[in-house]
Amino acid sequence: MFLLVLSLSLIIEKVILISIILGGSLGVAMYSTWAERKVAAVMQDRRGPNRAGPFGLFQPLADGLKLFMKEEIIPNFSNKFLFILGPSLAMLMACMTSAVIPWGPDITKTDGGVISLQVADISIGVLYIFGVVSLGVYGIMLGAWASNNKFSLLSGLRAASQAISYELAMGISLIALVMMTGSLSMREIVAQQHGFWHDGYFTWNFFKQPLAFIIFIVCSFAELNRAPFDLAECESELIGGYHTEFSSMKLGFYLFAEYINMFITSVILSTLFFGGYNYPGMDWVALHVGPVLFSIIGVLVLLGKAIGFILFFMFIRWTIPRFRYDQLMNLGWKSLIPLALINMLITGAVILYFLK
Amino acid sequence: MDIQHIIFWTLCMLTLGCAVGVIMSRNPINSVLFLILTFFTVSAHYVMMNAQFLAIVNIIVYAGAIMVLFLFVIMLMNLNGDTEPQKNTLVQFAAVISGGALLLILIAAFKSTISGIDGKLIEYGQSTDIGLIKNLGKVLFTDYVFPFEIASVLFLSAMVGAVVLGKKDKEITTVEEM
Repeated sequence: MFLLVLSLSLIIEKVILISIILGGSLGVAMYSTWAERKVAAVMQDRRGPNRAGPFGLFQPLADGLKLFMKEEIIPNFSNKFLFILGPSLAMLMACMTSAVIPWGPDITKTDGGVISLQVADISIGVLYIFGVVSLGVYGIMLGAWASNNKFSLLSGLRAASQAISYELAMGISLIALVMMTGSLSMREIVAQQHGFWHDGYFTWNFFKQPLAFIIFIVCSFAELNRAPFDLAECESELIGGYHTEFSSMKLGFYLFAEYINMFITSVILSTLFFGGYNYPGMDWVALHVGPVLFSIIGVLVLLGKAIGFILFFMFIRWTIPRFRYDQLMNLGWKSLIPLALINMLITGAVILYFLK
Repeated sequence: MDIQHIIFWTLCMLTLGCAVGVIMSRNPINSVLFLILTFFTVSAHYVMMNAQFLAIVNIIVYAGAIMVLFLFVIMLMNLNGDTEPQKNTLVQFAAVISGGALLLILIAAFKSTISGIDGKLIEYGQSTDIGLIKNLGKVLFTDYVFPFEIASVLFLSAMVGAVVLGKKDKEITTVEEM
C-alpha cells in the first residue's frame, strides 16, 4: 500500500490550481460559443452576435442567463434520475481531463520549494485521458436513453458506436508516440519536447509523428461529436439528437460540456504534439526573466496553441459537410485503424533499427 | 486504525454494495450502472495497491468499452414488464448450479493463491512498484510471455469469429445504417 503524505500547504496549492483551471476552462468554453458564432458569421459573410456589449462580447452571459431562467421540463415516462445524471456526467467528464495536463513550467520558489502547474503528475497520464474520454460517452447514452424518445435513443447509439470505433484508432496512433517518448506521463512527454530544435531536428512530436497527429486529430473530431462527425446531433435526421428532450440548463450542460471538451482536446493536442508550454528560444527567456514570469509565459504559449486549435476546429465545422453514417464507419475502421497500425509498425521498426 | 484502513474498508463496503446492487436491481439499466460502479471501486482497490496501470486499464477496457456495449444492447431491448419472457424453472435451477460451481472455483483459486503468497511476498515485498507499468511490462514479456501470446491468439480468433458472424450474405445488399 502506498503512503498518504499530504501537507496543508500542498492541499491549498492544489485547490487554488484546480479552481483556476476549472474557472479558466469554463471561461474559455463560454467564449468559445461566442467565437464559434463569430467565426461562422465571418465565414458566411455575416456580422454575428453584435448587440450585447462591444462586439457582442456579453452574448455568452446573456445566453447563460437565458438557459438558467428557462422552464425545466422533465418528460413523463422517463427515468428521472438518469435523465438528470446524463448531463451531469457529461459535464463531470469534461472537467476531469484537465487534471493531468502540465499547464506550465514549474515555479521554483526562493526558499527552494517547487510549485508544479499540474494538478496530478501520475505515471499513466495518457491512459488517464483515455479512461476519461471513454467514459465521456455515458453522459450522452444515459441522457439519450432516459429521454424516452426514439430519436434520442438513435442518437445515443450513434454516439456510442462512433466513440468506441474512433477510440481504437486514437489509442493506436498514440501508442506510436508513447513508444517514441518511452513514457506515459504527460509531464515527461512535454519535457522531452523542450525548446524547439535539438540535435539537428525539431523536438516537437508533430515533426516526428505527423501521421499519428493527423489520425489523432481526426479521431478527436469524432470523439467531440463535432462536424463533420456530428452524426449524433444531426438535425436533419434526428431533430436535435440526444438533447432533443432536454431544456433549460440541462441542455446548457450538454452544449457547454462539448465546448469544454473542445478546449481540453485542443490543450491535449498542443501538449502531446506541439510541445505544450515549450516555445523556440525558451532557454534564453528563462535566463532573462524571473521564474514566475517564465511560467506565465509558458502558460500563455500553451493557451495560444490551444486557441489556435479551437479556431481550427471551428473552421472545419463551417467548411466541411457532415459525413454519412456508413462513410463515418468506413473511415474509422477501414482507413484510420490500418493507418494507425502501419504507423505503429514503422515507428517500432525505426526505433529498433536506429535507437537500439 | 490509520487512514489507509479507513479508505480500504470504505472501499470494500462500496464494492460489495455495488456488486449486490447488480444482482438486486429489477431494471437491467440500473444493473449495468451498478456494475460500472463496481469496476470503479475495484479500480480504486488497485490504486490502493499502487497498481495504477491495472486500475486505469480496468476502467478503459471494462467501464469504458465493454459496459458501453452492454448498455448499448440493453437499451435496444424492449424493457416493458409484460413482454418480459417467463423464466423457466429449469433454467433458473441450471443458473443456480453453474453460479455455485463458479463460486466454488473462485474460492478454491483464492485459497491456493493465499497459501502460495508467502514466497511471493518475500520476492516482491521490498518494492511497492511492482504494479507500475514498467515492471508489469517486464514481467509480462519475460516470465509470462507464453501465456501472454496464447491469450493474444485467443483474442485474434475471437475477433475473426466475430467478423465471420457479422459478415452479410452476398445476396442481401442493404445500406448500412445504424
